[in-house]
Amino acid sequence: MHKYVSILLAAGLSLGSGSLLATPAEDLEAFKKYYQQRFPGMHDQDLANGPYALDANKRIQWEAMEEFPPYEQFVDKGEEIWNKPFANGKSFASCFGDDPSKVKVKYPHWDSEKAQVVTLEGDINKCLKENGEKPFKWGKGPIAYLSGYFAYQARGQKINIVIPDDPKAQAAYEAGKKFFYAKRGQLNLACADCHVYYSGMFARGNLLSTARGQTTHFPVFRAKWERKSKSGDGLGTLHRRYGGCNSQVRAAPFKAQGEEYRNLEFFHAYMSNGMEINGPGYRE
Amino acid sequence: MTPQSEKNNGDQVLAGFEFQVTITFPKEYHMNQSYRKLAGVVAIATVSAGLLFTSSAAIAAEGSAVEQGKKIAFDRKKGNCLTCHQIEGGTLTGNIAPPLVAMQARFPDKAKLRMQIWDSTAANPHSIMPPFGKHKILTDKEVDLVTEYVHSL
Repeated sequence: MHKYVSILLAAGLSLGSGSLLATPAEDLEAFKKYYQQRFPGMHDQDLANGPYALDANKRIQWEAMEEFPPYEQFVDKGEEIWNKPFANGKSFASCFGDDPSKVKVKYPHWDSEKAQVVTLEGDINKCLKENGEKPFKWGKGPIAYLSGYFAYQARGQKINIVIPDDPKAQAAYEAGKKFFYAKRGQLNLACADCHVYYSGMFARGNLLSTARGQTTHFPVFRAKWERKSKSGDGLGTLHRRYGGCNSQVRAAPFKAQGEEYRNLEFFHAYMSNGMEINGPGYRE
Repeated sequence: MTPQSEKNNGDQVLAGFEFQVTITFPKEYHMNQSYRKLAGVVAIATVSAGLLFTSSAAIAAEGSAVEQGKKIAFDRKKGNCLTCHQIEGGTLTGNIAPPLVAMQARFPDKAKLRMQIWDSTAANPHSIMPPFGKHKILTDKEVDLVTEYVHSL
């Protein structure tokens, strides 16, 4: 009898957990399938080009822009930062290894000792602090240049985020997923509202991009940020964009590199697994 | 609603004032069109002033609610309806949501239309449309005016 009950219990539990929480791998498959059905015939990698994969006119303008990419000078600045030694004689290579093309693809990842998601930008500032240097400001400027340089060096490599089989890592992933699907702000919009359910549609003149393929091209150079900047610097990090999105739906943005956005990045980047890194990207 | 009352939309707020002015200076040479129309009304008004005043003011107020509602609907910081809806007269409109046409056929009950603007998630929790009233994006009065405008489309 006991045996019978425990078998029943085990079956019920496994069924229960299976139906409540999909595994990250199941989420990813469902995500990919959704966009394949929404945009029949679209090549998966094309989603990394956002609106430019979905609208011919926008694509022509974008391709013209990419002839002389406005982000190139900032990638060059990133290279200078990479090569410049710290006051203690060491450089970023002491933290990231000698090959700058092998950095970007490692992020974001789960740090099991600290039990938290580690981002590229987080490690850039960690490296500075550990070497007695002043950390960069989050969002834009030198941190975006160096991050952009790493992305540029890693172009063509495939995103391969790993969600370890560790309850805390799974919880971080689930928190990011919940953030993505939760409605927020005075306008009551979820990330998924625009970038899943209404992807490919126009909000005024803005074509809503697909969430799959968004993290591949970060840091991003935005014409909107370029116009705001006196020096024509439109490069910004993923967390700067998260903050902007949250403000646009009239929600209070979270802190760049805080737990909320790190967990969101974990989920968001995982949803682009298998796609090629193409950062920095140019966007309107 | 008569075409005349629509043309008078912009003058609604000052309607009472114009009455006074027109009565005081009935032969004013520089009267604009709406003044002239009102002057015509005033001529009849001498017969039954009180009754006409009430009814013409009511018509003017109704016309203006539509006009005011349109302003709020088109304002990017208020209704910003064009982000998602096509509306006649709107440029660079989005296509996330259905075009706003034949609204009286779609919403015979104006109160239902108002509820949709007030909080569309009441009918559909997954609706992408912001709950304009519930989240105080618009005031009660503004929701009323937008409802009048949208119902006129």
